[in-house]
Amino acid sequence: MSVPISYYLVLSGVLFGLGVVAFIFKRNVITVFMSIELMLNAVNLAFVAFARARQQLDGLVFVFFVIVVAAAEAAVGLAIVIMMAQNGQPLNVERVHSLGEGNLTVPESSPGTEPREALKS
Amino acid sequence: MIVPLIVFFACAALAVAGAIMLILAREPIHSALSLILVMVALAILYLLLGAEFIGAVQIIVYAGAVMVLFVFVIMLLNAGLEERTDFSKFAKYAGVPVGFFLLIEVARWMFGSSAGSAIASGAGAITGAVSTRDLSSDLFRQYLFNFEATSLLILIAILGALVLARKNQ
Repeated sequence: MSVPISYYLVLSGVLFGLGVVAFIFKRNVITVFMSIELMLNAVNLAFVAFARARQQLDGLVFVFFVIVVAAAEAAVGLAIVIMMAQNGQPLNVERVHSLGEGNLTVPESSPGTEPREALKS
Repeated sequence: MIVPLIVFFACAALAVAGAIMLILAREPIHSALSLILVMVALAILYLLLGAEFIGAVQIIVYAGAVMVLFVFVIMLLNAGLEERTDFSKFAKYAGVPVGFFLLIEVARWMFGSSAGSAIASGAGAITGAVSTRDLSSDLFRQYLFNFEATSLLILIAILGALVLARKNQ
């Protein structure tokens, strides 16, 4: 047990920072979600390290809840991504304009044909 | 014993390398696979910290279920190459220095102040692994309401995913 807790905390901070960088620089919706998961993982590592240092189980219980919430969040988030793809929205976060069904960004090349129609049939 | 230190540094290097690969990869599927690498490395670190249950849950739920969902969606949508963002000026000139400043401050606090160094030296002798029995008795007694609330949360998430992903009639 010779690994000091501070090493874990520094690793957790570095991973969280890399998650923030990924969140800012990635442009695909799915990879943005993945960087959120990376940040949650970094926080989990800090929780487990503190639980270890203080010899209390509450940190581990919290990690359990974080994992559950992250799973639920991933399910809903990826459902939103699928809905966006069905509506013909681009997956690039800079070009997504609407979550709703209106205001579809119809490509210039094919006026009049809604992208969703192709998926429906 | 030098072995835990070696395991720690190997896993830390794996995790950081996976996180950097996640940022640099152009294909979303490569990002997903490197994120799985990070999660497996973190699971080994949880084992090293004596939290076997959390390590197992990390593998089963994160690397197993969540990442399979990610890979599935990437395959389903056939997500191709990612366009590079042109690094915005604000992120380049303000974000990077602020990020380094925060990291240095955190490190300074941990190694400098008394509370930080008490934590850093592992105050309170570490006595063996936390048993899963203790964890579960905590979870099902003290945190029973929260535990049941998460089941409701998952039910709502399932319904939400169904409603969002179904085809519009």
